[in-house]
Amino acid sequence: MSDSHEIQAHTDALLPDPGHPEHHWRPTDVDPRAERRAERQVASLFGLSILCTILFVVFYVTIEGGIGGPTVMGLGASNLALGLSLGGALLFIGIGVIQWARKLMADVELVEERHPASSSEADRSATVAALQAGLEESGIARRPLIRNTLIGSVGLLVAPAVVMLRDLGPLPGDRLRHTVWAKNMRVVRDVVGTPIRPADLEIGDLVNSSAEILFGTDKGQPVPEADVIEGTELQVEKAKAATVLLRMDPDDIVSDATRNWSVSGIVAYSKICTHVGCPISLNERTTHHLLCPCHQSTFDLADSGKVIFGPAGRHLPQLPLGLDDEGFLVALSDYPEPVGPSFWERETKSPGAVFNEWNKENAQ
Amino acid sequence: MSVDTSKVAASNTSAATASKPTKVGAIAAWSDERLGLAAMGKKNLRKIFPDHWSFMLGEIALWSFVVLLITGVFLTLWFQPSMAETTYQGAYPNLRGVSMSQAYASTLHISFDVRGGLLLRQMHHWAAMLFVSAMMIHMLRVAFTGAYRKPRELNWVIGSTLLILGTIEGFTGYSLPDDLLSGTGVRAAAGFMQAIPIVGTYITFFLFGGEFPGDSIIPRLYTIHVLLIPGILLGLVAAHMLLLVYHKHTQWAGPGRKETNVVGYPMLPVYAAKAGGFFFITFGVAALMGALLSINAVWKFGPYDPTKVTAGAQPDWYMGWPDGALRIMPGWESHFWGSTWSWNIFIPVILMPMLSWLLVTILPFLENWITGDQREHHLLQRPRNAPTRTAFIVSLMTWYAMFWLAGGNDIIATQLHSSINNITYALRVLVFVGPAIAFFITRRWCIALQRHDNEVLLHGYESGVIMRSAQGGYAEIHKPISESKAYAITVRDRGTEGAGLADGPKANGKLTLRDKLRTLYYEDDVQKPTVDEYDEAQAHLAHADHGDAHELEGGHGH
Ligand code: HEM
Ligand code: FES
Repeated sequence: MSDSHEIQAHTDALLPDPGHPEHHWRPTDVDPRAERRAERQVASLFGLSILCTILFVVFYVTIEGGIGGPTVMGLGASNLALGLSLGGALLFIGIGVIQWARKLMADVELVEERHPASSSEADRSATVAALQAGLEESGIARRPLIRNTLIGSVGLLVAPAVVMLRDLGPLPGDRLRHTVWAKNMRVVRDVVGTPIRPADLEIGDLVNSSAEILFGTDKGQPVPEADVIEGTELQVEKAKAATVLLRMDPDDIVSDATRNWSVSGIVAYSKICTHVGCPISLNERTTHHLLCPCHQSTFDLADSGKVIFGPAGRHLPQLPLGLDDEGFLVALSDYPEPVGPSFWERETKSPGAVFNEWNKENAQ
Repeated sequence: MSVDTSKVAASNTSAATASKPTKVGAIAAWSDERLGLAAMGKKNLRKIFPDHWSFMLGEIALWSFVVLLITGVFLTLWFQPSMAETTYQGAYPNLRGVSMSQAYASTLHISFDVRGGLLLRQMHHWAAMLFVSAMMIHMLRVAFTGAYRKPRELNWVIGSTLLILGTIEGFTGYSLPDDLLSGTGVRAAAGFMQAIPIVGTYITFFLFGGEFPGDSIIPRLYTIHVLLIPGILLGLVAAHMLLLVYHKHTQWAGPGRKETNVVGYPMLPVYAAKAGGFFFITFGVAALMGALLSINAVWKFGPYDPTKVTAGAQPDWYMGWPDGALRIMPGWESHFWGSTWSWNIFIPVILMPMLSWLLVTILPFLENWITGDQREHHLLQRPRNAPTRTAFIVSLMTWYAMFWLAGGNDIIATQLHSSINNITYALRVLVFVGPAIAFFITRRWCIALQRHDNEVLLHGYESGVIMRSAQGGYAEIHKPISESKAYAITVRDRGTEGAGLADGPKANGKLTLRDKLRTLYYEDDVQKPTVDEYDEAQAHLAHADHGDAHELEGGHGH
């Protein structure tokens, strides 16, 4: 690099630089009438802005807002009037100022020389020298004991900051592995909480359902105060317990597990997509396929909820169904495997393996 | 045009005529005695900014950020970032008596009970759209013109950080109203985080304060949205502007405009007026959009309910591309030793966007590593004059666009009457093939444009005037381009001029990767003519009486 502090850039031009083009005077520069016209124009724009601002205040006071207020072409009159007047108030200032700059402010282009981004060599060596002197005088290089303990102590200060984050939330534990479903808990309609008999469903019917405990009842009777699930806990449990019931022709069922866990062709599956957790909602009546609206993963409810299409990596968990003594649909257990999206600690098995294990556990 | 300059208005002179003490002078003296601002003012008040429409894109981003700050602060006056359940009793009849979070109820309150509240919400949301889109287009302008070259690489890094933070800021804001649509987005975000190997479950539990949905996520997102990210954005925007002033703006080559100077209008008054005026225009446009165009009508979706979903759920557009990647990703999951590895989620929404962002961020360094160019660059490059770079950017855009399209695979399927399976398979291929094709086409196109430049330079432009010759043939008259245009389009490096020294062959005689890439980078570039060629062509053009007549039938065989 050269010693003289010059910009390390080079304009590789083929032709000689014709030089800065000649400046042309604008009409407003040479014609006093044009100049005065432009002046009036700019002032009128500012005037219009003032008018719009006044209108804004007037609209604010006079037009009723919200849902009960008047409408114009389907738009809320208040929103429209306030927005248009505010927009006008701002735009007229903007246009006015720019018009002023274009018509009346000096329009002579000026030239400024560039300087290199770096400092001069002299500055640089002076800075380096100063830095060196400072370090030298502190003795930081000569006293590694002090330096290292300082680095260690400051570095360790990250610990309180990180440790403090510990109480952001509880540890996962096995919370993701269980839902409120339990042996003999009734399957109820998800909004009203009424129990369901097989005869209530025709073939092809899909029912969004939930666990009875989430409605504070057990076999229709209110549960003790202490067992009622409320508030945040209720939201969490609702999010995991959501279940779909589908009635199909029992002969359509393909897998043993699905058949064994069904009642009169009614099967129950988790409604929470195994992809990233959207509630699945779209049913293709003829095929027993259930489609997730978020990224179109498709699951076969006749065959252990296996993935037919889409980005989901694993089948939909099935809820083993049975009947209680009043003939209502109940769960035979909690979901045999965790519901919802993946988590790293999840032990994932094939539907057949899940079924066999469940059989072993529930045999005794 | 001859002008009687004695009549020229006093405004159009830059000669300072003040002789006696003025008010401005008095104020300046008062503050300089306390703050010593004069030294800085001397350097900066009349700082020169060059003019070009494309330099306005960054301004749109800047001003919409300011609009976001203003409208956002207003929204905080009424918004309640709480997930506590409440029963809605407000003005909107369809939801009265419905149980919902206070966040959602207060969003309804802003929309229906606060006069101008809906306007604020819509302005805020539209400004967010403007902000993110303007940043992206501004970034493309910078990349296509090579403005990110030395010494501006760090400002590029700041810019790409602004883009990713702005996107996250948009997502957190979008989630605040706690309606069914945004809740579905948060639900998916929880799924994304949970899919991170080893630590994902812990991150999710800590962020959500337990299991999804819990009662902490909205208040926490709120802190991130109104304090943490805006604070960082503000700092980065300030740094971005300071560096811009320090480096001085780049400019296009032209008569009198060289690498070593900057030509344009002074900060005071013209640039300040134009930029300041433009702030009001951006703000005004946001207000008009808020008035006329409904956006995010949250009352139609209802409150969030973890068991419900709206069909065709779509995030805000700037979140569309990871969502598309997620949709077309094959459902790969590995299961071993009691663990689940969700490649189908981790790759498309975490790894792929992070790596794409990283690639964009290191673009100037990558290019510099390939070319080895150590010079400073203050003149912009026309995209055609850097064919490989231009092609690479277009191929990145295609990469983005294909993923973005995939985010609407269901919509495309219905539009094209095709099955969603076919669209998905096609997009899986296009995501990789599309960028390759785009690279190839763009590069050839740039090279063709370079050739065209030379043609226009040497043989003049097609004037559109057809002349019939004595022999009865028809020809189009070519006219020479203006001196200043000829000057401007020939300011460019010739070949690898300016590139660093080659690494030279390795011990085994093969070229290093860098040398190979450098060859590819400059390969096929069409050089500008030599001075001799130019002079000869000019003589020829002048010779043909009315310009250079080319036989039409003959085509352009020169
Ligand atoms: C800098 C970039 C910002 C972006 C991209 C952004 C984006 C958004 C978006 C998309 C929404 C949803 C709006 C809707 O309801 O439709 C939102 C909501 C909100 N934002 Fe921002 N915002 C930004 C900055 C700010 C700032 C600086 C504040 C306050 C200091 C703020 C306060 C709020 C509040 C309170 C809400 C919820 C109100 C509501 O949705 O009705 N935002 N933001
Ligand atoms: S959440 Fe169901 S497909 Fe993605």
